[in-house]
Amino acid sequence: MSASSRRRMLYFPGCSLMATNRAYDVSARHVTDALGLELVELDDWNCCGATAYIAINERKSFVLSARNLALAEAQANGGTGELAICCNGCYVALRKAEKYLAEDALLRQDVCRALRDQGMEYRGKARVRHLLEVVVNDCGEQAIKGRVRRPLNGVKVAGYPGCQIGRPFGEIDDPEYPRLMERLLGWLGAEAVPFPLASKCCGGMMMTTQPALGRKLTGRILRFAREGGADCLATACPLCQINLEAYQDKVSVVVGADCHVPVLYFTQLMGLAFGLSAEQVALGDNLTSSDKLVAADASGAEESQ
Amino acid sequence: MSHVVVDGNSRELLDRLCAIPRGQKVKECLQCGTCSASCPTSHAMDYSPREIIAALRAGLIERVLSSNTVWLCTSCYSCTVRCPAGIPFTDVMYELKRLGVERGLNGRDGTTTAMAKAFVRSIDHHGRNHEPEIIRQFYLHTQPWKALGQLGLAWRLLKRGRLALRAHNIRGLDSLRKMLAAVDDKEGS
Repeated sequence: MSASSRRRMLYFPGCSLMATNRAYDVSARHVTDALGLELVELDDWNCCGATAYIAINERKSFVLSARNLALAEAQANGGTGELAICCNGCYVALRKAEKYLAEDALLRQDVCRALRDQGMEYRGKARVRHLLEVVVNDCGEQAIKGRVRRPLNGVKVAGYPGCQIGRPFGEIDDPEYPRLMERLLGWLGAEAVPFPLASKCCGGMMMTTQPALGRKLTGRILRFAREGGADCLATACPLCQINLEAYQDKVSVVVGADCHVPVLYFTQLMGLAFGLSAEQVALGDNLTSSDKLVAADASGAEESQ
Repeated sequence: MSHVVVDGNSRELLDRLCAIPRGQKVKECLQCGTCSASCPTSHAMDYSPREIIAALRAGLIERVLSSNTVWLCTSCYSCTVRCPAGIPFTDVMYELKRLGVERGLNGRDGTTTAMAKAFVRSIDHHGRNHEPEIIRQFYLHTQPWKALGQLGLAWRLLKRGRLALRAHNIRGLDSLRKMLAAVDDKEGS
């Protein structure tokens, strides 16, 4: 791909992707690079506040998001101020702030004044986008299919984009029956198994604060994926990822069924299909083994040749 | 319920709910129960989401805030997208969480409240959240012995370089703190 056709987009990794879920960051940067899209990290971004800060203080949580949006506008470099986000939690927090700040004049006035006193301006121009949607809609079918070197033939994947990608606004995907992930998996040559739990909650923070409840929720998802014949689950959110991959032994006991199944980010599956190395998608970071999957992928690639 | 009281307290709470973005919709609740049926955790709640609105109308909301109800909301927004009256129920839950914290009602066991407080503290200190610090604070303030059950996972993450040993402070931390202080009112911490 020629340098001139490369696109740049501001990128908000979010706190989880700095360490606990860095495989998402590493793989996202590599696969977008392979598609001619450069993710430019938003300079000096702050935490979005997730679902916790707003549960303690509403206006302060909107300040957290507004500062990030203002940074995106300031660093847009004449561009659109579009901000690509990997984490569903960050995506919803920022998108919600963007929307509510536009709708609620009093809220906007308070929040913008707080920013202005510190020399920052929020004009309502920044646009928050989820990376999955950017990849599917902006990079698109042709470019992605054209970049596949080792199609994931014969690999059955339960696409699990999670709850907060299509909700609450239902703008980028259907809130009940999301399709983005399924379409993408098809372009990679994988078989997306029917997965009605694609938008059901993984339990979020409950896995730590109310473990019995959290394990029930993840157990339902893992069990259904296995019973549906999936070789792996594909996630689009760092919290879903760790909830689904880290407690499979305990969850299997709670659910009374074998819940062991590899869990990968959709970006890791893209990387494998693109023929990137295991290091480029940080496969070794995962707590579940993808060895069988990679072997199936390799044999699938041979068959297709 | 023996009697229905619409006292000053309930009216004040209702006003607070109406003040959040799209909060006015609360008044249009039909008591259809779609929220409760859609909620992935309602089976574990003392009062279901539908009953929360009923309790609010009956002047019994303090009973709800003292129970294990609102802090079991995971913010999955299933109720919000399905509510035929257009009530932003997840945001209503957030407002009820804030009310509870203000009044010292943290739910029956208080674990999720403790997590939220630890999270906020970490952001206030660094501008970002530092997961190991949050988890440490969480167990310290809830059930310290349960932290032992997490050691195995911590080790597996550490081996893969997935534990951030040091917190990262953003450069704009001072100005962020001033922005946060500027909008700080009586709600919450």
